[in-house]
Amino acid sequence: MENKTQIIAETGKQELFIIREFDAPRELVFKAFSEPDLIIQWLGPCEMETVVEKLENKTHGSWRFIHKDPAGNAYAFNGVIHEVCYPERVIRTFEFEGLPERGHVSLEFLTLEKLENDRTKATIQVIYKSMYDRDGHIQSGMERGVVDSHQRLDALFNLMKHESR
Amino acid sequence: MNIRRDVFQAIADPTRRAILSLVALHAMTPGVIAEKFDSTRQTISKHIQILTECQLLQQDQNGREIYYQINSKKMKEIADWLLPFQKLWDDRFNRMDKVLENLKQKKNGK
Repeated sequence: MENKTQIIAETGKQELFIIREFDAPRELVFKAFSEPDLIIQWLGPCEMETVVEKLENKTHGSWRFIHKDPAGNAYAFNGVIHEVCYPERVIRTFEFEGLPERGHVSLEFLTLEKLENDRTKATIQVIYKSMYDRDGHIQSGMERGVVDSHQRLDALFNLMKHESR
Repeated sequence: MNIRRDVFQAIADPTRRAILSLVALHAMTPGVIAEKFDSTRQTISKHIQILTECQLLQQDQNGREIYYQINSKKMKEIADWLLPFQKLWDDRFNRMDKVLENLKQKKNGK
């Protein structure tokens, strides 16, 4: 069975949900979300190198990740960790440092639910400062960066091919 | 980007969402639309104007009457706007599946 990611973002709300089931016990999923050497293997878009500059995975800890693309651009994110409750919950803040002004912080609740057959359901609820912050985050591609620009280039090349015919 | 934002602002309003779901059934004149709401005709007309400016509604002149219908292309655009974000997370979690598979094997190997 393929595990599909579900995104729930109701119109006019300032929150969204990211939901996914994993074919692994909860302790392992928690580990994959928490340990730097594991995080760097899945978090960043393929073309980018993810650097976990800091991750104090404990209540009242803090974190900072940087995505670096081959062109040398860096996209940094940081926040504080409100609570870590192994192996079921992490509550933390999230801010993208590349925005023109500070203060657009969101609050993230990661909840891991134990399912039958050693499966785990992960729910990330993200609450934004405003509806616009939420829609902006969804649209911005700030976590995609270079991937997005590659896709734009591909689209441009396709267009050029069509036009030269 | 601004136009995009306006569209989402447009559908954030409950009355405008109600108008869209009403007109989705079949094309209607502004008068018929206004009858379905308690608000004044003027208020509804303002909502219709915003929806038309955002291209969510299309006008269709039929004799003396103007009918409003839904612009399904624009509506699809809204439905699709989550796709890149979903793909980002789907790719991430597919990679995490591999990480978890490795962890499981390591655990069993002990």
